[in-house]
Amino acid sequence: MLRVIVRRLLQLVVTLIALSALIFIWLRNLPGGPVEALLGERATPERRALLTKALGYDQPILVQYGKFMQRVLTGDFGNSIRTGDPVTEVISRAFPATIELAVAAMIIAVGLGVPLGYLAARWRGRSLDNLTIAGTLLGISIPIFFLGYLLKDVFTQNIHWFPPSGRLTTGLDNTSVTGFFVLDGLLTREFDASADALWHLILPAITLATIPLAVIVRITRASVLDVLNEDYVRTAEAKGLRHRTIRGRHILRNALLPVVTTIGLQTGALLSGAVLTEKVYNWGGLGTLITDSISGGRDYPVLQAIILLAALVFVVVNLLVDLSYAFIDPRVRVR
Amino acid sequence: MQARRLKTAVAIAAVAALAVGAAGCAESERDGGSGEAKTGGTFIFAGAGDPKNFDPIFNDDGESFRPVRQMFDTLVSHKPGTAELQGGLAESWEHDPDGKVWTFKLRQGVKFHDGTPFNAAAVCFNFDRWYNMKGAAAQSQMIYYMDTFGGFAKNEAEGAGESIYNKCEAKDDGTAVLTLNKYKGAFPGAFALTSLSIASPEALKKYDANTVTQSGDSFSYSAFANEHPVGTGPFTFGGWDKAKNEITLNRNPDYFGEKAKVDKMIIKIIKDESTRKQELRAGTVQGIDFPAPADRKALEGEGFQVINRPAFNILYLGINQKNPKLKDLRVRQAIAYALNRQQLVQTKGPGGAKVADEFMPDTVLGYAPDVQKYEYNPEKAKQLLKEAGAEGLTLNFYYPPDVSRPYMPNPQEIFTVLANDLQAVGIKVNGTPRPWNGGFKDDVQQFGKHDLHILGWTGDYNDPGNFVGTFFGRGKAEFGDQAMTEMFDAIAKADATVDDAGKKAAWEQVNKDIAAKWLPAVPVWHAPPAIVVTKDVKGLVASPLTDERFNTVSVSK
Repeated sequence: MLRVIVRRLLQLVVTLIALSALIFIWLRNLPGGPVEALLGERATPERRALLTKALGYDQPILVQYGKFMQRVLTGDFGNSIRTGDPVTEVISRAFPATIELAVAAMIIAVGLGVPLGYLAARWRGRSLDNLTIAGTLLGISIPIFFLGYLLKDVFTQNIHWFPPSGRLTTGLDNTSVTGFFVLDGLLTREFDASADALWHLILPAITLATIPLAVIVRITRASVLDVLNEDYVRTAEAKGLRHRTIRGRHILRNALLPVVTTIGLQTGALLSGAVLTEKVYNWGGLGTLITDSISGGRDYPVLQAIILLAALVFVVVNLLVDLSYAFIDPRVRVR
Repeated sequence: MQARRLKTAVAIAAVAALAVGAAGCAESERDGGSGEAKTGGTFIFAGAGDPKNFDPIFNDDGESFRPVRQMFDTLVSHKPGTAELQGGLAESWEHDPDGKVWTFKLRQGVKFHDGTPFNAAAVCFNFDRWYNMKGAAAQSQMIYYMDTFGGFAKNEAEGAGESIYNKCEAKDDGTAVLTLNKYKGAFPGAFALTSLSIASPEALKKYDANTVTQSGDSFSYSAFANEHPVGTGPFTFGGWDKAKNEITLNRNPDYFGEKAKVDKMIIKIIKDESTRKQELRAGTVQGIDFPAPADRKALEGEGFQVINRPAFNILYLGINQKNPKLKDLRVRQAIAYALNRQQLVQTKGPGGAKVADEFMPDTVLGYAPDVQKYEYNPEKAKQLLKEAGAEGLTLNFYYPPDVSRPYMPNPQEIFTVLANDLQAVGIKVNGTPRPWNGGFKDDVQQFGKHDLHILGWTGDYNDPGNFVGTFFGRGKAEFGDQAMTEMFDAIAKADATVDDAGKKAAWEQVNKDIAAKWLPAVPVWHAPPAIVVTKDVKGLVASPLTDERFNTVSVSK
């Protein structure tokens, strides 16, 4: 097991170095750049030259990359070009927002998806199953940004049940401990802030949860159907085991393996979904940070760090998924 | 097991109740009754982007200037709602006949937010600070200072020239005397630049304001710039919560002018345009900036106040004379005659827009009432093209489809109309859309790859040089890097003229010659950018320079 982990970690390092070089060179070869973003209409050749030099973009790209790596190895990802804040600070501020959103979405997706998929499989061909299939098809097909705007329009503009954007009502005081606003409110006993944060979280979380929910329902359903037909289930039933035991220990546990894989992959996909969802709801997490850093200011230091971080999260989640196989399926452990 | 199930059910119910309760609370807050405008409360305005920081001298964009303007004052200011100059921290000013020595009579009894007195020594401290700024990083971020004063005591940043600043003396507490090495037409208008706001010397020193450090390819600013900006303005700095995207400004009870009516102003940063509108409609913000022209009517219909700022901008169609065909004045005139700008204004312009005949608004000194005008005349355009042997001309027309600027809210639509007009007189147009910061500005301003392009400008202060000088005072890739020395010299001469009458005459002549003799571009329109507030907001005075001070604003509850 240890060897597997070490090997995967080495792969991770190589992946990150290759990715960092790719991002670095790609970003700098895009037309436009931070200099243009900073100068706006007021870009004279002198100002452009001045800022290009001051930011170090006049140096050969390999020299720039070398300096960047040198700093990164010491944990310095530079500062945001726009605000001058250290990139680590910018990201650590946005990270909890995205995680809070992703966790809420995953709770909805898994909490609803697994039971729904299981029930659909058990009552295969009946109306719940048919409804579930139709619902999941819709969930997969509907683009997130469209759903986001649709939900927003209905629930914030027509019936004012939820706020249109943000994580907290403007002007509401809260004490930040972890950066997860719902949790912070509970920790500091500022329950109004916690409730307010939850109220802001619901629509974005539902929007973000739709695709993973649909996928999880479908995979669970298919997987449970497979297991239901296995000999050991029939044997267990023939032995007269209690239904709950059969469902819990024989059906669900065996059916969960592909579901867990899917959850792992969906967590990665969730991060890309978060970009759109956050944009729609002005969420202020990593997704918002990515779009702002690309479209507006070409904030290279922030972009580089976020893409590397996203890659890191993706690889680590997949590593955890692999490890969880061993937990769920003893055969993997033995091998 | 039963107990566990029950516990789960209770937890779910609690969370649901919490959420519904929160929704209910917010609903009841929104339902508060309306009444007369009164002092107190909070005014929430939606900003479209992060400010860079709050040290005026290191900033040059609108999103940074919005909060800075509430906290700081300048020596000279603008009459509310106009671009006309009036006293600010200086009650009056005068200059010697050469325009080199400027004497400011300062307002008495003014205090900075930290309680220290505003006086001539403080004014000179600020001028000296700017002039003596050290470090390439810091100097490179002082865009407006460099524009105005040219350079530093010791230039460390490339591109800085010789400084026109000589010295500043505090004759007494109420009199500051600024001596320049040479006159510049930008004054006194440039003294009203937000970048040149006066900050508390004590706070500047205490919070190490001059330290701008470079980390890799970016800069970081001082505690003064980020956490402790101290000026004399109607609001004091309350904080910038970056996790919540909120800048809080508190009422300054000791402000020397009209004290703020609200207790607090919050600038909520919402980068998505449609989200800003939705927040406005939901009542969670009370003001937004620069609505799209297409939305204005709808917003008005919904009861919002859509306030047009007097137009202090210009949109132009630039002509690149790198293309030999476009060097011929007749071809450029043909392009001007081909454009039905009146129709463009009527169909695509924001309400209150008007056709431009010159490259500056008519409120700026030196606007000539009798320049050559290019009324829509496609026949004349065809004839001129024929005379110039330029029939069947093909031109690459660059435009940025992805941005909305105050003077150009809908570039794609503007391009379509202008291109149709050109095609109607036989000019073949290759539409070349390029993202604003992804090719357009590089290709147009740096490499001059285009033949035609649309671009514009919002004035910084009331001075013809800030418009015409910026566009045509020197060779630029935008217009073909041509050595149009006659035009450059005329502009330099006008800019160096000290007396008002001479200055007016010189700039009027420049404007006439630009239209008749040089025509490096075609002025298209002046478009008033709008600001939108909810109907319970009173007292907002919209500024042509987007120089709104929100101390006059009240929100009725």
